[in-house]
Amino acid sequence: MALTGVLRPGHVALRVLDMEASIHHYTHVMGLLETARDDQGRVFLKAWDEHDHHSVVLRETDSAGMDYMGWRVDSNATLEKFAKDIEESGLASELSWVAADEHPQTGRRFRFTTSTGHVMELYAEKGKVGNGMPTLNPDIYPDGLKGMSPSRFDHCLLYGDDLDNTMKLFIEILGFTLTEQVIAGPDKLVISAFMTCSNKPHDVAFIRQPCKGKFHHASFLLDNWGEVLKAADLISRNRVSLDIGPTRHGITRGETIYFFDPSGNRNEVFSGGYISYPDRPVLTWTDDELGRAIFYHDRKLNEAFLSVVT
Amino acid sequence: MSHRIRIVGLADGLPSSESASFEVRADEHALCGMERLGRRGIPVGCRGGGCGVCKVQVVAGRYHTNKMSRDCVSSVEETQGYALACRLYPDTDLDIRVVGKMGRAFTKAELSPSQGGDSVTAGKSPAFDMSWRN
Repeated sequence: MALTGVLRPGHVALRVLDMEASIHHYTHVMGLLETARDDQGRVFLKAWDEHDHHSVVLRETDSAGMDYMGWRVDSNATLEKFAKDIEESGLASELSWVAADEHPQTGRRFRFTTSTGHVMELYAEKGKVGNGMPTLNPDIYPDGLKGMSPSRFDHCLLYGDDLDNTMKLFIEILGFTLTEQVIAGPDKLVISAFMTCSNKPHDVAFIRQPCKGKFHHASFLLDNWGEVLKAADLISRNRVSLDIGPTRHGITRGETIYFFDPSGNRNEVFSGGYISYPDRPVLTWTDDELGRAIFYHDRKLNEAFLSVVT
Repeated sequence: MSHRIRIVGLADGLPSSESASFEVRADEHALCGMERLGRRGIPVGCRGGGCGVCKVQVVAGRYHTNKMSRDCVSSVEETQGYALACRLYPDTDLDIRVVGKMGRAFTKAELSPSQGGDSVTAGKSPAFDMSWRN
């Protein structure tokens, strides 16, 4: 197989203030499918075209934000190798193993904290529950999709201080490719990095900020611009808190809209982008062009978009 | 049934405290009332009680709140009248003081201090405030 190592972002675990309102948001408005609840009260969901058991985990507590993000790797051998490599690199802290089945239908997970303060997990096994269609002579989408109905959980954007060592960890240890970066000032300090483990413009992105472990957004993939506009309709129709959009990014070229879940965690649904092969040159943006880089149509910085995190 | 919210003290984007008051309907939170009327004064963030940029302190009046992130309002602060405007429902007219503000992580180019006399950056000051690293 040509795509090896870390295969994809497999799950994002979010803290919510009100589980009932959150379930309504993620299922009725966004159109994710609930696949399980556990005895801790956590709710597991997936997007319709994901075969794996879950990609979103919600936990009710007294704060918002991200608990952790999980990455599927290609095999148990790879999982063990990465665990060893991460430990030897010294680039992550709080290393631990989470037992199999702590998440339903999920194998053991290797957990670590990046230098930006984000908890990440690697795992090799998660049950395949399918996408509602047979794998032999399927149709193109199943009946009964609701709301925005993105096809998959796609990526997260995260805020933290030590971007350098986090980039090192993802690129040198986990084999990610840098696709785009933002540099600032005469020192050309990298203030934002977009990285992929696959062929996407990004599977995870970070922005350098004086904080640890902050969550900017979790993003979900739609098919096209029309679906982004339909998502905008659904946001108004359901009185969802809108952040910004529909609009277009310069960075990643995504067609996008941002909004908040009922606990203030930012969501994105988007379409478009490009294929990034590992030998594709890195695209670099400078901070004086940051407005166009972030919102290609507006071409100006949006304070709320850049400053509001959980 | 509606209640009047008055912002006391200088707030974001307001020339004086006198100009800041707006009516909030019984079924809406303070921030929603402000936004619906196109008013300003309280920074608007997630509107979900999670991010904390709309933090205020109620200095007069009765109110109730919905659940707010403890990262933004501690239990002690809650007893001292602190609340997030997006979770704040007035039961009477209220006087509030704006506490929260939009982060200064990224600032508008014209507001950013120029970094020294570098000829490349002179005249187009950095949009991204990295002063926290110095």
